[in-house]
Amino acid sequence: MTSAEKDNYADVKTKTGKEWFYTDVVKKHFFNPKNLFKTEKEAENYKADGVGIVGSPACGDMMKMWIKVDPKTERIKDCKWQTFGCASAIASTSMLSVMITEKGGMKLDKALQIKPQDIVKRLVDLPPRKFHCSVLGDKALREAINVYFEKSGQKDRVVRQGAKIIDKQLKITDKDIEEAVLEGATTFEAVQKKTKIGVNDKSCIPEAEQLIRFYREKYFGPD
Amino acid sequence: MKSKEIYLDHSATTYLDPRVKEEMDKYFCDEFGNPGSFNTTGLRAKKAVDKARKTIADILNAKPNEIVFTGSGTESINLAIKGVVRANKDKGKHIITTTIEHHAVLDTCEYLERYEEFEVTYLEVDRDGLVTPEQVKKAIRKDTVLISIMFANNEIGTIEPIKEIGEVAKKHKVLFHTDACQAGCSQDLNVEKLNVDLLTLNGSKIYGPKGTGLLYLRKGIKIHPIIHGGGQERGLRSGTENVPGIVGLAKALEICQKERNKENKRLIVLRDKLVKEITTKIPKTFLNGHPTKRLPNNANITILDIEGEAIMLYMNQYEICASSGSACTSKTLDPSHVILAIGLPYEAAHGSIRFSLGRRTTEKDINQVIKVLPDIVKHLRSMSPVNLEVKDVLGGIKND
Ligand SMILES: Cc1ncc(COP(=O)(O)O)c(C=O)c1O
Ligand code: FES
Repeated sequence: MTSAEKDNYADVKTKTGKEWFYTDVVKKHFFNPKNLFKTEKEAENYKADGVGIVGSPACGDMMKMWIKVDPKTERIKDCKWQTFGCASAIASTSMLSVMITEKGGMKLDKALQIKPQDIVKRLVDLPPRKFHCSVLGDKALREAINVYFEKSGQKDRVVRQGAKIIDKQLKITDKDIEEAVLEGATTFEAVQKKTKIGVNDKSCIPEAEQLIRFYREKYFGPD
Repeated sequence: MKSKEIYLDHSATTYLDPRVKEEMDKYFCDEFGNPGSFNTTGLRAKKAVDKARKTIADILNAKPNEIVFTGSGTESINLAIKGVVRANKDKGKHIITTTIEHHAVLDTCEYLERYEEFEVTYLEVDRDGLVTPEQVKKAIRKDTVLISIMFANNEIGTIEPIKEIGEVAKKHKVLFHTDACQAGCSQDLNVEKLNVDLLTLNGSKIYGPKGTGLLYLRKGIKIHPIIHGGGQERGLRSGTENVPGIVGLAKALEICQKERNKENKRLIVLRDKLVKEITTKIPKTFLNGHPTKRLPNNANITILDIEGEAIMLYMNQYEICASSGSACTSKTLDPSHVILAIGLPYEAAHGSIRFSLGRRTTEKDINQVIKVLPDIVKHLRSMSPVNLEVKDVLGGIKND
C-alpha cells in the first residue's frame, strides 16, 4: 500500500457501508473485544491488584485498566479494561489486554516495556491518523503496575520510566515526546497530533515545544 | 446505493432525483453546445440555461439576471462574502456572522481577517442554536458591510430567524447574505419575504447534481468576481457554463419546492418518532438543536459516555449510514464546532449523532434504527469508563 492509499483507507467518513477501513484484526477486536467485564456486578466485585486510568473524555480518549498479578511469578494473571474512544482505541486496548495475559501472563518487567508501536504491530496496522488512539493503553498499564508496586510495598520499584511528566492531564512524558520526534513528528503540531499533548493541559505547551526542539536537534541536526 | 442500505445522511448529500437526471440527460451528448457560442448549437444551450435561470428566479421571486450559477455552495459563499466585502471597502471592513456557520463561511471570514484586515464579529448562539435579531442589531457598526447568517444549520438543523434578521439589516442598510444550502428542500425561498440581498444554494443537497451552486444577488449590489476569465455569468463567474448541471439544479429546486409541504409533513412524523423513541428508550440521550424551529429531516442526538465513530461503525454493520460530530471522525481531530457552540462540553460533543432523513426514508428504516441502536449503545457503554449525567452536561449551559 502506498501512503496515499493508506490515507484513503483511513477515511472513516466514507459512507459506502460495508467496506472496512481498518485491518481485519482491528475489526475483530472492535466487534469482539477481549477481557471485558461481563456484567456490572463483575466490575464492582473485581479485586484488582492495580488500576490505572489515563486520559480524559474531553480530548477524545480515556482508558482504564485493571490488573491482577501473581506475586510469586510476577506475571499478570488477569486484566480488564474500559475505553472511551473510537474503534482504534477500543481495538488497541483489547489487543493490549491479550498481549499481557496470553501464554500464562506477561512478566511485569516486560509489560513495563510495551510501546504503542508494539500494539500497532499486533493489530497489523492502524491508519496513520489513528495512531494516536493506541498511545494510552501502555500508559494505563504502566500506571496500573505502579499502583500494584505501591500497594504491595515495593515503592522502590515505582519507576515512572525515569521520565518526567510534561502533560499532567494525559500523563505524557518527555520520553513520549522523544519517541514522537524519533518517528518524524518534528513540530509541536505534529507531536500534538500523535500524542494529544497540550490539548487539555495547555500549561505544558512551552515546555513541550522546548523539548521538541531539543530532540529534533539531537536527532536531525540543528535547524 | 446498495439495496438494503438505510441512508440517513441526506444533509451530507442526496441522490440525484431520477426526474432530474432525465431532464439533464439530453445535455451531455446531444445538446452539448457552449452557451457562449454564436451558432445554433450554442444558442440551444443558451436557451436551456436561460430557462433554468428563469425557473429559479421565479421560485426565489427574483429576476433572472439576479441569479449567478457557480460550481458549488462553497463557491457561491466565497463569491458572496469576498466579492461583496472587497467591492465595498470604502464603506468599511466589518462583517457579522455566527459561530455555527459552515466552514465555507467561517474559513472565508478567517481568511479575510488574516490577510485582508477585515474585522469579523462571530455571534454566539443559544443552547438551541439560535441567534436573535437583537444580537445582530447590537453588533452592527458604522463600518459593517455584510451580515452572513445561515438559513438552517447543517448539523443540528436549527432554522434561524432570517426574515427578522433581514429586517434589521435593511433598516441599517447593511447587506445580508444567507447560506440556504440546507434549506432548499423544505423552506420558502422567497427573497422578498426573507429580506435577503444574497442567498446561496447548491445542487448536492436538493436531489440535484453535485458540483452545482447558485448565488442570488440583488440587483445593484457592488460585487467583485473571485474567478476571472471569459466573462460568463455577467463577468461574475467566468468559465464555460455547466449546462447539464444548471438544467439539473433548476429541475431539482423546482421539484423540491413543489413537493415541499407534503414532504415536510411526512418527514416531521418520521423524525419525531425517531427522536422520541431514541430519547425514551435509551437513557442519557437528548436532542440537539431547536425542538420545533428545525429542519423536518434532521435529528441530532447526543448519546452520553460513548464515542460517535464507534457508534457509527456498529450501525454500519446493520447497514445504517448516519454521521457524527465526534473528533474521531473529523480530519482535524476536533469535535464539531457547532456542538461546542451550543454549549455542550467536549466529552458530550464526541457522542453526537446526526440522522438526516430524505425522500427514500421510510418508517421501516426508522424502526430498524430504533431496534438496533439501544443494544449498540448498551454494548459500547459497557466498555466505557465514562459515566456522565445529563444534568452535569447540560447544567452549566447558558440560557438554561
Ligand atoms: C450549510 C452548508 N453550507 C455550505 C455547504 C457547502 O456546499 P458544497 O459542498 O456544495 O460546496 C454545505 C454542504 O456541505 C452546507 O451544508
Ligand atoms: S480515540 Fe479519537 S480518533 Fe481514536
